[in-house]
Amino acid sequence: MASSVTEIRRGLAAGEFSSFEITQDYLARIAQHNPALNCFISVTEEVALAQARAADAALAQGDAGALTGVPLAHKDLFCTDGVKTSCGSRMLDNFIAPYDAAVIENFLRDGAVMLGKTNMDEFAMGSSNENSWYGSVANPWNSAHVPGGSSGGSAAAVAAGLAPGATGTDTGGSIRQPAALCGVTGIKPTYGRVSRYGMIAYGSSLDQGGPFARSAEDCALLLQTMSGFDRRDSTSAEQAVPDYCGALGRGIEGLKIGLPKEYFAEGLDDRIATVIEAAVAELRKLGAEIRDISLPNTGLSIPTYYVIAMAECSSNLSRFDGVRFGYRCDNPVDLEDLYKRSRGEGFGAEVKRRIMIGTYALSAGYYDAYYLKAQQLRRMIKQDFQQAFDSVDLILGPTTPETAFKLGAKTDDPVSMYLQDIYTISLNLAGLPGMSLPAGFIDGLPVGMQLIGNYFDEAGLLNAAYSYQQVSDWHLQVPEAFQ
Amino acid sequence: MTLKSTDVRNIAHLARLHIDAADIDQYAADLSSILDLVDQMNQVDSSGVEPLSNPLDATQRLRDDEVTETDQRDKFQQIAPDVEQGFYRVPKVIE
Amino acid sequence: MSEWESVIGLEIHAQLATRSKIFSGASTAFGAAPNTQACAVDLGLPGVLPVLNRETVTMAIRFGAAIDAEIDHHSVFARKNYFYPDLPKGYQISQYELPIVGKGHVFISPAEGELKEVGITRAHLEEDAGKSIHDQFPEQSAIDLNRAGTPLLEIVSEPDMRSAKEAVAYARKIHSLVRYLEICDGNMQEGSFRCDANVSVRRKGEQKLGTRAELKNINSFRFLERAINIEIERQIDLIEEGGSVVQETRLYDSERDETRSMRSKEEANDYRYFPDPDLLPVAITDEDIARIRASLPELPEQKKQRYIDELGLSDYNAELLTANRETAFYFETALAEIPTQNAQLANWILGDLTGALNKANLEISDSPISPQMLAQLISRISDDTISGKIAKEVFEAMWQGEGSADEIIEARGLKQITDSGAIESLIDAVIAANPEQVEQYRAGKDKVLGFFVGQVMKQSQGKANPGQVNAILREKLKP
Repeated sequence: MASSVTEIRRGLAAGEFSSFEITQDYLARIAQHNPALNCFISVTEEVALAQARAADAALAQGDAGALTGVPLAHKDLFCTDGVKTSCGSRMLDNFIAPYDAAVIENFLRDGAVMLGKTNMDEFAMGSSNENSWYGSVANPWNSAHVPGGSSGGSAAAVAAGLAPGATGTDTGGSIRQPAALCGVTGIKPTYGRVSRYGMIAYGSSLDQGGPFARSAEDCALLLQTMSGFDRRDSTSAEQAVPDYCGALGRGIEGLKIGLPKEYFAEGLDDRIATVIEAAVAELRKLGAEIRDISLPNTGLSIPTYYVIAMAECSSNLSRFDGVRFGYRCDNPVDLEDLYKRSRGEGFGAEVKRRIMIGTYALSAGYYDAYYLKAQQLRRMIKQDFQQAFDSVDLILGPTTPETAFKLGAKTDDPVSMYLQDIYTISLNLAGLPGMSLPAGFIDGLPVGMQLIGNYFDEAGLLNAAYSYQQVSDWHLQVPEAFQ
Repeated sequence: MTLKSTDVRNIAHLARLHIDAADIDQYAADLSSILDLVDQMNQVDSSGVEPLSNPLDATQRLRDDEVTETDQRDKFQQIAPDVEQGFYRVPKVIE
Repeated sequence: MSEWESVIGLEIHAQLATRSKIFSGASTAFGAAPNTQACAVDLGLPGVLPVLNRETVTMAIRFGAAIDAEIDHHSVFARKNYFYPDLPKGYQISQYELPIVGKGHVFISPAEGELKEVGITRAHLEEDAGKSIHDQFPEQSAIDLNRAGTPLLEIVSEPDMRSAKEAVAYARKIHSLVRYLEICDGNMQEGSFRCDANVSVRRKGEQKLGTRAELKNINSFRFLERAINIEIERQIDLIEEGGSVVQETRLYDSERDETRSMRSKEEANDYRYFPDPDLLPVAITDEDIARIRASLPELPEQKKQRYIDELGLSDYNAELLTANRETAFYFETALAEIPTQNAQLANWILGDLTGALNKANLEISDSPISPQMLAQLISRISDDTISGKIAKEVFEAMWQGEGSADEIIEARGLKQITDSGAIESLIDAVIAANPEQVEQYRAGKDKVLGFFVGQVMKQSQGKANPGQVNAILREKLKP
């Protein structure tokens, strides 16, 4: 069975199989494996088969778009018209979105088929997918371990071959960290590259959508469809989208890659350091120039991020009040009761913690000490990167400080969970693009390598990852149970 | 920074979140440890640094003043918990 | 009473007269069926985002230019967070630290000959909330979000007013200005122009401001004056009885003619303002400001000065004629027909016409007598077709819809008698019938002339030219 977006496109174009057939194959795999993995919150079989039939008709008429007939899965925070969009929350368990997100519109325009909506940490808040109202997701490499989060369902679905590609969103690492933990390739583009319209907000100034797939080449195809200016999103970048696939294969001879010393310091599992160093050696062989650099404010990125993300989410999630959509508590006695119980019962513990911290950080008397301070540090963190990019083209490091941890290992200690995001979070603060790609294994669990690019240099990132994937086969590994 | 249970109650009220009385102490402990993490920000002197609220430092694009939306009330109200005669309904508010 | 001074500042919310909402493409038209003009963005559906309407920025700058305000090149939208059912997102997009319009000022004329400067602290853009209707259902409040997202310009004054009268003069001035600028229709009944008043009192001579109460729900100038006066009395009584004023929001109830505390707003507010991450800072260039400034219409102050300097009108009449855009428009339209008769025109507009309009509770723009009709009437006086007295009758007939001045004069036969032969014969008859009065006059009792004029006018049914009657009478009565 064809298992990559690239192969499926080729097979469809060559008439080797139909979209209907390949879609049925994936639906069958989902039916077989999802009960154990719990990657999907909704499987949209009827929608998928109808779209696949339409795709086959388009293919027959020679009227195919960039992804016509390719089945994909979408994180359950992209609004999908007529389909439940839960955001992993009890709050939206009954929410049938009345419109399509811009990203979904783009996939429809290009002919893709939707297999279903994937599991996630509630409202994208989490690094393990354990904060979902629909239960945790198993890591396909070892079902006792987490898949990472918040886009854990999408990453695990791609790793287990339940979808050749999937969408995710990344506010502090929510694409890159699960990609690393599940051994797949994922890219978070520059803030503003992909429209946020219809993407249920967590931290508005940090959120960015992006794809998961088995390779950089597949990611390039999916990102091509997702990207572009959208006048409905004021923060969307009014900038032309380059041909990402066309930029692949130009090699990395002479490419200057920086290794931030702070990303290899205390806290990093030594075995991960060894894996990354081996990958760096490969890149050097391909002609890259490796340099040591410093991002001195890396350590501040976690507190800075959490203040900003929690402040923004405390306000973004106020609209979930039980009045116009979503969960409403039974028999509210008055308005305050309606609000408090609808929200108290509709949101899980982590969401409530973050709303409360954000509320506190913005409240009178604390604004300067928390929110304003965090915004100042945010500029300092961005300046670190800007300085680094004066001397290098790309920055490289580990995606995570450790491989996938065990389910339940960190659920009692929110702070230790937050520390998982140490290498990913500062990119969101700076708005920079980054990706994670497989670079090796430790004890049967994948290790992710993170590449960080300059603003709007997704093509450079994808090309470097593609070059590495031409000389490595980590990304081609499939967990035994899902071969 | 240590939050007391009264702080948690006040914040929960401001955020309109019902928290079970039995859970208040746990929230107080969790929120306090998060605030301890956040307090690490004070390790660095950021005086004089201009705050950054949006990563791209861009400016707002403006829309032409045109009516582009049509009535979709029926569709939007299908997902509402309580509607009557085209209105959303909430428990009576006394002003 | 005299030992107290009241201090008043106003917050005025003017709905901007745009076609679409401030952050969405939904219509702002008034009066649609509930929730039919609330689009996904207005409802705050998950995932939607705001995009700023250019026209609202232009309108705010127009206002800023008209009040001589500072306009920053950099303006920021912030979220004001609070929960209320007619506030769909749980926050209102407003402006906090960097409003579009900074410090400015206007001049008000609370009474004839008085001129006072009132400072304007700021004016900022924000979105309106929806409406909560409490009498639609027995157990529930009904929420209509059609108004949610309608653009508002909130105009905040300095606490410069010292009486309800001054507050009303200021509110009227702003009302006039926004209509001159064509940025707001000013309809107070529909809520397009809403005033909140911050009222406090202090003993005269004291520098420190007293604790203020905020009065809301005032939908006419008359109620504004009433509500402030009632509140001032309430506060003075309270303090004199040993109590103290609580900072709170109070609702003016026009039916009971009282202000009362709003329970729903009792709680101390902590709005947690922060810059809205869905919107970027608005950049305003010097060129934008210059272009908008150049497009401003003649404003009331400039118009008033021109009426005084070029038309020779009195300060008072010029003030009244320019107090609102519609009156000035009426005056100028009529004046175009009778360019030399501005004083008479002003008197007719400010006298009979205003009286009739007030009596009928009509706006001048709805006057049954058009500017052209009034101009024709005035020119019939000046060309001696009718007398001033007959003109009043013609005016009344025009008001009743009987036609133009010429038509009414014709139909009722009101044309003035200017034929001196005809007037002479009338006079002769009157003199012959009143020999006693003739004697008195000739004996030096000049006042009796009035009697003769009256008699002649009566005989002519008011149509004889009074000037001619006077002259001929004097001649004929000479001893």
